[in-house]
Amino acid sequence: MGKAFVFGDGISTDLLAPGNKLKCPPEELVRHCMTAMMPEFPDVAACGDIVFAGKNFGQGSSREQAVVSLQLLGIQAVLATSFARIFYRNALNLGLPIFEFAHTHEISAGDAVDLDLDSGTLTNRTTGKSYEITPLPPQLMKIVEAGGLIADLERRIGEGG
Amino acid sequence: MNRPATMAEKIIARAAGLKDVTPGQIVTAQVDFAFAHDGSGPRRWAPHLERLGIDIWDPSKVAIVTDHYVPAADADAAGILKISRDFVRDQNIDQFFDMIGICHLVLPEKGLMRPGAFVAGGDSHSPTGGAFGAYVAGYGAIDMVGIVATGETWVRVPETIRIEIDGKLPKGVVAKDLMLMLCREVGMDNAFRAFEFAGSTVDAMSMHERMVLTNMTTELGGEVGMIAPDDTTFEYLANTGKPVDDEDAARALATDPGARYEAVHRFDIATMAPQVAAPHSPENTDDVEHHAGIRVDQAYIGACVGAKLSDLHMAARVLKGKKVADHVRLLVAPASQETMIKASGDGTIQILAEAGAKILSTGCGACAGMGAGILSDGDVCISSTNRNFQGRMGHTGAEVYLGSPYTTAASAVAGHIADPRTMIEAE
Ligand code: SF4
Repeated sequence: MGKAFVFGDGISTDLLAPGNKLKCPPEELVRHCMTAMMPEFPDVAACGDIVFAGKNFGQGSSREQAVVSLQLLGIQAVLATSFARIFYRNALNLGLPIFEFAHTHEISAGDAVDLDLDSGTLTNRTTGKSYEITPLPPQLMKIVEAGGLIADLERRIGEGG
Repeated sequence: MNRPATMAEKIIARAAGLKDVTPGQIVTAQVDFAFAHDGSGPRRWAPHLERLGIDIWDPSKVAIVTDHYVPAADADAAGILKISRDFVRDQNIDQFFDMIGICHLVLPEKGLMRPGAFVAGGDSHSPTGGAFGAYVAGYGAIDMVGIVATGETWVRVPETIRIEIDGKLPKGVVAKDLMLMLCREVGMDNAFRAFEFAGSTVDAMSMHERMVLTNMTTELGGEVGMIAPDDTTFEYLANTGKPVDDEDAARALATDPGARYEAVHRFDIATMAPQVAAPHSPENTDDVEHHAGIRVDQAYIGACVGAKLSDLHMAARVLKGKKVADHVRLLVAPASQETMIKASGDGTIQILAEAGAKILSTGCGACAGMGAGILSDGDVCISSTNRNFQGRMGHTGAEVYLGSPYTTAASAVAGHIADPRTMIEAE
């Protein structure tokens, strides 16, 4: 179980991992994740929390640090109305579960939320509502479960193909 | 008989070994060709491949082009280029194009963008190659490691959006103006969409102009931009020395009648005016008159999208016999060595230089803020490049306007953003 963060449309990779901080090591870069919009985000985000957002999440440059920063803060998953293509691919390739979700407007910041990947349900304990999540296609879930594309490659090489 | 399919669906189905595919479906495609440049490729791939203890899956299907950090301006850039050169030697990659131009133009010039191919490019403007009827998408570094290690990648089959453009292009209006207009009209939030460009205007365009449409599909947010192969495509490829063997098969790539589009947008451009995008997004587009009079410090003719031979010809038609305004620096970075040779041979370079243009080395140059021609705080620039996000061409305090090569050259002469239509010489 974690708490919900709710953001609007068009959250860019510049908000998630600011361009002028990209030379910083990841643990420093993460201190700037989303701070232009919500200064306390890196301090209050905790392991198991979930980010909800609107359209075109992760638009802008292809930087993978945008995903890594969310992961370092412990964000369990991102649920958004739609995702920018490269962010979507980067997230799965780096092992961050993301789902298209049409009900962001029914989630409030701070709600206690529970994402069960096995049954594909999101439960909002604060409102008592449950939502069915369209699961990731099995090939993509395999990559996420392995911990990302490189880890998945390692596994496949280990298995001999 | 297969059910009607779009061009994108046909290529994905073939690459995935399936009879047909449906938008939204996730499939694994075998990659026919993969490429990257000095910035995105070997320097990112090598550490992962080394750790995994594996080599490139098939060196004959991989090309590396150095274009971002060329020529090396400092020791870091020189190091990055050296990694590329060492990597192609160690991995036996023969298709290595070192400092002869920008990847999105060099690969077509070498005849390597083939109708019907499924191509993975390690750069966001990879869709350029779709002008040849190929499926060419851009991928991040980790994705590309997976692709060059295994020769395959997952694809979420895109919905197709068809853009139909009809009418004779008015004087001074070119493919670049169309794309700036589309960034405004169709918007930039079109992830996982395949764009298809068609109509009498597109049919009449040269390959260079068609490549502007597919190149800026990236600004629309699309996965790929595609144009069905026709005689213009075949003639271009024949001139590269690598003609298309089976023209009927290439023509059959075109979307079938009755195939499903997510949307069809139609434009009649007979009365369109030249377009200019204001800082800091390509969708801030308006007719040139709306921005006319804004004083510029620099005019930049460069990039994969805006410094091909056709683009230099446009600039020359404006600049012939004129002089760049005293306070403006006009920089021209031809997009490839072949462009440079042809533009020198036909007198274009002389016209540009006599007008006061500084001719820079071939490569990405200032487009991504890496090469010569970078902007300082407060600089205002009009540019024939494809993006004007804040800070891209240098200082975050610089302001970049986007326009066609015509508009860029006309503004350099006027000293402020100017309508090119009264300045274009007859051919
Ligand atoms: S010229 Fe600009 S847009 Fe084109 S590949 Fe180079 S950096 Fe990218």
